[in-house]
Parts: sequence; structure tokens; C-alpha cells
Amino acid sequence: MTYRGPQRVRIEDKPMPEIQHPQDAIVRVTRACICGSDLHLYNGNVPDTRVGETFGHEFIGVVEDLGSEVTNLKVGDQVIVPFNIACGKCTFCKQELYGNCHESNPQATAVGGIFGYSHIAGGYNGGQAEYVRVPYANVGPVVIPDWMHPDDAVMLTDVVPTGYQAAEMGGIQKGDTVAIFGAGPIGIMAAKCAWLFGAGRVIVFDQEDYRLEFAQRYAQCETYNFRSLKDPVLFMKKTTDSLGADVCIDAVGAEAAGDVLQTITGRKTLMQAGSATALQWAINSAKKGGIVSVVGVYGPTGNLVPIGNAVNKGLTIRGNQASVKRLLPRLIEHVKNGVIDPKAMITHRIPLEEVADAYRIFSDKLDGCIKTVLIPPSAKV
Amino acid sequence: MENKDKDYSHIKGWGIDADPKNDPTYPMRKRGNDDHTGYNWDRPTQQTETIEVLHSVERPNVTAVFGTSKPPKGLSGMIRRYAFQFGEGQFSHWLPLIVADRVDAIEGIVEDLKSGHIPNIFAEKGYKAQWKYNRTGVITKVAVATAVTTAVVLAFRRKCKD
Repeated sequence: MTYRGPQRVRIEDKPMPEIQHPQDAIVRVTRACICGSDLHLYNGNVPDTRVGETFGHEFIGVVEDLGSEVTNLKVGDQVIVPFNIACGKCTFCKQELYGNCHESNPQATAVGGIFGYSHIAGGYNGGQAEYVRVPYANVGPVVIPDWMHPDDAVMLTDVVPTGYQAAEMGGIQKGDTVAIFGAGPIGIMAAKCAWLFGAGRVIVFDQEDYRLEFAQRYAQCETYNFRSLKDPVLFMKKTTDSLGADVCIDAVGAEAAGDVLQTITGRKTLMQAGSATALQWAINSAKKGGIVSVVGVYGPTGNLVPIGNAVNKGLTIRGNQASVKRLLPRLIEHVKNGVIDPKAMITHRIPLEEVADAYRIFSDKLDGCIKTVLIPPSAKV
Repeated sequence: MENKDKDYSHIKGWGIDADPKNDPTYPMRKRGNDDHTGYNWDRPTQQTETIEVLHSVERPNVTAVFGTSKPPKGLSGMIRRYAFQFGEGQFSHWLPLIVADRVDAIEGIVEDLKSGHIPNIFAEKGYKAQWKYNRTGVITKVAVATAVTTAVVLAFRRKCKD
């Protein structure tokens, strides 16, 4: 697929990717998801998104070619490709901050390289394609275990690790009340994982009833449509003896609805780096001394958030892109033991050739869509 | 709000990753003193620059690897080069990049037409799916757009007559 401008994507023939660095691999894509954060690109909200780029940072595939320095993989391996591009050598990678690699993104220092995520994240083509160049192939890709279904594997490239890390960064202690804003795939997975850390109560907010119903079923959490609550923060206070949640998770990011001022300034006029409604609610709903975990994606400029309340309440705010490689061993174990069932979140499997319709279905939440997987014609599994 | 008496046996895996020592948790957890030694790690082999790569002024060099999806070109490329003179904390960096993106979209259409390809905007926007799954919404949008356009045209014509 290629991006042509806001809300315009299409299929195009592009040259086959080539080895450009001794640690590169060329991977034939067998599954690629559309992520909620792809919608920020799709809507033209991320600066330096260039016409002709290929999106897609959630993909798996088969190794077709390897650079001279790649020793961990062989041609024919089926691999999970983490969405972070990480060198494994810089000071940040050594701390397992694989989302913050300092040797993969020349255009911005805040974030490391990400496949198919504009030139703000390194200018790499993504995996919503038949073939893709995978840099630092010794570091990122993990061979898919024989027993694992490809649909589970593709969900381990981003959705599961990001949801898990959202809960992890919340520092959840046994019995904690966890409020999650957003019932997209990440929010639902964060709800599921909050239990693994011993949460006592998990509450999810969204405006889409079908997603809330799914979240309730999949993650066994309480769900509320914020449209029917008028003020979700007030509701959170009332339902926690007026104290607030121990942990609040922003699982929405820049596309959040629910606040007119945020929507106009953040989504319609781009005066801020996306609508920060979910983050605003998270800060205001947290208990004094509580923790706010942010995995929702925002642009690089600024946002209207109640930082004064965060200071006055003594909140700890943690955020980062998921460090996929770090989390994969534990998460593969969880999938094997049936603790997490990632593929159950996939509602739509669409041929890559119909990518424009796939984006529209996911973006406009049509046909009960939770998660869309694109299947390229070159996929043979 | 700990509730030790509550039964979570219906939730598979409840508490299996609970760790009272999970504080400070990620991303601070693995922080060590070796991160005080500056930018002097053993860098990976440098990828050859076969295209123009703009890099942040907040770093001294181009990273060891980089993407080559779309080098800057045309008017949008000129605007991007201008934007990259400024630091990442500056609006003078990001706002020109957004302008460049919009110019790039127009350049893309011009390029299509020059190569004899007429872009099918309706297909690119996925309106087929919208029509299939949200027909009422599409009809409503078209009706509202038509009504607004008609009102604007009528108002303009009335103004011209006056």
C-alpha cells in the first residue's frame, strides 16, 4: 500500500526492497495488521508523513534474504518482527529501551525507528506490503514457535506487548483499581493484562458499545460508555469512595473523542498534537499519589493536559513505546499457556489489495471492527 | 483499595505477573551508571547514504541505519529542508513539516496526472466500504454537503444581485 494524502491510500507496485546494510533482512510478509496508531498517519496528523510511504508496523513473515552480518536467522525462518527498530548496542537498547534506540531514527531523537511510521520514526517502509526491509535483523526478529498460529504471532508485534506494558508501567499492586480509557485493541489488551498483575478492579471507558461489549467478554472487566456518563472523571470518583483509581491508563492517544475543545484543537485544526481527552481524564481520575500510564500515541508538538493537577496530586506519569523484544519471551509463554488469546481479537481478515476499504472499515469502526489483519497475495500460510 | 477476600479464580492468570518489587517499573528499572558515559558506544556499521537524509539538529550525525522510503523532493522537499534547521522542541520545525505534507499530497496528484494516471479518490478513501456498511451515514453526509453548498451558492448569488 502507499499513502497518497489524508485518508487516501492505494495499492501500487514498488521496487523489491534490497539489502542496504549488513544487518538487514528481507522478509516476505504473511500477515500485517492495521494499528490504531496508523490512523494518525492515515488522517494526516503526523508531521513528515510523505506521499508514497508504505505504512504497517505490525507484521510477520518469512526471511527471504539476509545481510552478511546477520547470524541469528536463516532464510526460510518465519519471524515475528517487533515494531521497534533497535540496534542492541546503544545505551538505550542496553537498558532494554528498544523503543528508544539512538541508532535507527535520524529524523527525531525522542523515538527510535518504527516500520512504516513516517519520517518522524526513521522513514522506513512498513509491512503492509508483500516484502519489507528489516534492519538490525540480529536484534529484533524472533522465530515463530512451531505451535503458534500466525494470527497470534502477528498480534505479538505490537498489540499484546503494548497492552501488557501499559499495565506493567502502571506498577499495579494486588487489589488496585485500574481505569483504562479506550476500548480499542490496546485498551482491551491492557485490561486483560491488568489482571495478570493482580488488579482488584478493571474499568474500561469508550464510546462504542460494541467494543465495550467485546472488552467485557474478552477481558472480564467493567465497561462504561462515557457518552452516557456525562463526566467519566466524576463517575470514577463516585465509584472509588471519592478517591480515584490507583492506576489510570491512556490507551487512546491523539484520536480521542469526548471533549469538544480537545477535538477542535487537537483533531480538526491540529493546533495541538492530537486530542488529549483520554490523558486529561486519566490524570483527573487518578488517586493522589497514583500512577498514570500512557501508551496512547501523540504527535511531537504540545498538548493541553492538566499538568497542575498531576503535580498537586503527586502523580507518577509513565509512558513509552512498547519494548517488544524485551517482553516477547514472557508473552509467548502466556500465549502457550492460554492465558492470553490474541487472535480472538481479530474480527476482519482482508486481502492487502483491498487496503483502502480496510482502512475505512477500521477508521470508521464499521461492521463491528475490532482488529483488521491484511493478507498479502504473497502469503502462503 | 486492596480487596484480599475477593475471588478472582474465574480470571485465568490472575496475579501471575504480580511483583511487589515492580517499583520502579519499566522504563526506569534497568537504568545503570553506564548511561553517564555519553555517546561513545561501539556503533553499528554505517549504512551508506545513497539518498538525501535529513537529520535532526539535536543529534550530531545520521543514525547507523535509516529508512529510504521517500527522500525529500520538489517544493515539499524544500519546506522539509527548511524545517530541519530547527530543533525538535520548536513549532518552526513541526508546522512547516505539516505544510510540506499537504503540499506533497498535491504534488502527488500532479505527478499522477503527469504520468497519465487519474487517481480514483473515491476508491482511495475506501468509500466502497463506507457505502456497504454505513449507507445511511453516506446519504446523510451527501445531503448535508449538498444543502450547505446550495445555501452558500444562493447566498453568494443574492449578494451579487444586491
